[in-house]
Amino acid sequence: MSDHDYTPSSKVGKWFNDRLPLLTLANHLTDYPTPKNLNYWWTFGGILTFCLITQIVTGLTLAMHYIAHADMAFESVEHIMRDVNYGWLIRYIHANGASMFFLAVYIHIFRSLFYGSYKSPREIIWIIGIIIYLLMMAAAFMGYVLPWGQMSFWGATVITNLFSAIPLVGEGIVTWLWGGYSVDNPTLTRFFTLHYLIPFLILGLVVLHIWALHVPGNNNPVGIDIKKPSKDTVPFHPYIVIKDGFALLMFMIVFAFFVFYSPNILGHADNYIEANPMVTPAHIVPEWYLLPFYAILRSVPDKLLGVVAMLSAILILAVLPWLDTSKIRSAVFRPLYKQFYWILVADVLILGYMGAMPAEGLYLLIARVATAYYFLHFLVILPVLGFKEKTIPVPLSITESVLGGSPNLATARNNESFDKSK
Amino acid sequence: MKNLTKLFYILGFFFLTTAYSFSAEKVDYLKTDWSFKGLFGKFDRGSLQRGYQVYTEVCAACHSMKYLSYRNLGEKGGPEFSEAETKAIAASFEVLDGPNADGEMFTRPAKLSDKFVMPYENVKAAQAANGGAYPPDMSVLVKARGGGVDYIYSLLQGYEDAPSGMTLDDGVHYNKYMYGNKIKMSAPLSDGIIEYGDGTEATVEQMSKDVTTFLMWAAEPHLEARHQMGFKAIIYLIILTVLVYFSMKKIWSRVESEV
Repeated sequence: MSDHDYTPSSKVGKWFNDRLPLLTLANHLTDYPTPKNLNYWWTFGGILTFCLITQIVTGLTLAMHYIAHADMAFESVEHIMRDVNYGWLIRYIHANGASMFFLAVYIHIFRSLFYGSYKSPREIIWIIGIIIYLLMMAAAFMGYVLPWGQMSFWGATVITNLFSAIPLVGEGIVTWLWGGYSVDNPTLTRFFTLHYLIPFLILGLVVLHIWALHVPGNNNPVGIDIKKPSKDTVPFHPYIVIKDGFALLMFMIVFAFFVFYSPNILGHADNYIEANPMVTPAHIVPEWYLLPFYAILRSVPDKLLGVVAMLSAILILAVLPWLDTSKIRSAVFRPLYKQFYWILVADVLILGYMGAMPAEGLYLLIARVATAYYFLHFLVILPVLGFKEKTIPVPLSITESVLGGSPNLATARNNESFDKSK
Repeated sequence: MKNLTKLFYILGFFFLTTAYSFSAEKVDYLKTDWSFKGLFGKFDRGSLQRGYQVYTEVCAACHSMKYLSYRNLGEKGGPEFSEAETKAIAASFEVLDGPNADGEMFTRPAKLSDKFVMPYENVKAAQAANGGAYPPDMSVLVKARGGGVDYIYSLLQGYEDAPSGMTLDDGVHYNKYMYGNKIKMSAPLSDGIIEYGDGTEATVEQMSKDVTTFLMWAAEPHLEARHQMGFKAIIYLIILTVLVYFSMKKIWSRVESEV
């Protein structure tokens, strides 16, 4: 990187930069050499940054009008929807923004799984990412409680009750979480506090995530190490900026359709009924983005083991860099892994669907099979595949791969159906 | 680009199936043309005004609407009663105010800024008067039911004699669209139960449609503004996307790589 060579042209700039090298940082960010073959699956990092900032800005505005009190929360949300200027817009952006955030993060994670972005030397980036994902789930769950509707209340009751599965101290922990003997006002106020705090923790982790990324540089669809800067790279600005911008705008169009034309389709109707501890809804379901884990939780007959399975399903991702024994990063050159990858995608979608269905009969059976396969994929298939799989020869450079300079690459290109971005 | 479109199709499908699976009861509701659906959907002003009449003369006897104020009836995008009409509507209700300088509570005619007067003092009183069932607040009722407007519209017309073999307790009625088919509310509408000010014939179907339209507005008072802004926002985003797309092509033409 050319960071060290950078000197501001103006005297003032130089004076300032010697004391706080912000200009060097800005220069590093604009010049940052990026692989020129990144496809659109790589634009979701930028989209996620946009999502986080959108959630923080709309969230701050909502917090100015929201009242975190069991007797007034529901009413204050209606006040925002009716009487605050453009309050309906801000709230719908925030509520649908959570879904958009998860949509983007799932694409981001599955992109990483396909191209092996979690492998050496990017393990720390990946683990920070998993922590961000966990915090996102916590923030989203607590945010869903704040409107104090029926699903808020009963969702909070179900999820906090999971902690009671812990032997000996479980009940005590639940009481401590609630701040009482049931989900009530103390629970609401602490959830509001934490919901306000977590996004800023995420923001800090995002800085670390990007910092850690800028050490080895981006992975790329070919999955090979490249020289930086070289003819395989382009400067971040303007090439990647404009491409990310284009993808972001496409994303915003989808986002806008939800906000303006079906703002409530992703939520549950019961959450427009004020929380009532005396009436339990017929089906308690979490938001769509938590459904796969909910399905895993329910597919285990034992409560404690169910909780363990659910948590393991997420935490197993943190050790993924060591479970995947293959030295080849990109699935483009791993014909078998590529197939197992798509089976995993289907498996997670099936789990999501089963999470929304009642846990009985055929649904439960399918959920159990899908849960078993989920763990099988990470614990058996991936470690074994690294030793058994016959991979396709990997090109030496991106330019070679793009231009098809050698016979090797012709094969590579033919197998590259996933990342063709035309 | 092809992949992006494919992606959006997959996600669209996934969202739709998920959303569909959330609506637990899969009943075929009665269908009607709602003027407020679609990209340019707007409320039918006449229907909203008639719907208010149905609400206030029929539903309001038991159902509160505690998040609405009388001023809302005159606001843009709603029934849009004139200011004089809205004030007259408000003044026809008595509200409790106070305490005054002597420390006494007193009643006065409602003003535009007052919330809709509630039929019962509290939930317990409402339950006591309705055989233990609480008539739900109607402010956001449409959004609080899985089937939305179609459900409410159908429910109002769904009263039938119970099928043979089904025994109903005293004060319980059969409704083919109600969850579990048993409802404590007796059929609220019958032909000619009210007389519309604008001369429209007050059939059960007409009243159901009008009052459901009114409830939709009550739950989403800014629906028209939302649709209008949404259209402008999306057109703006599409134009900007096209411009950025061509800029991107131009910039990337400098390197021998494709975007």
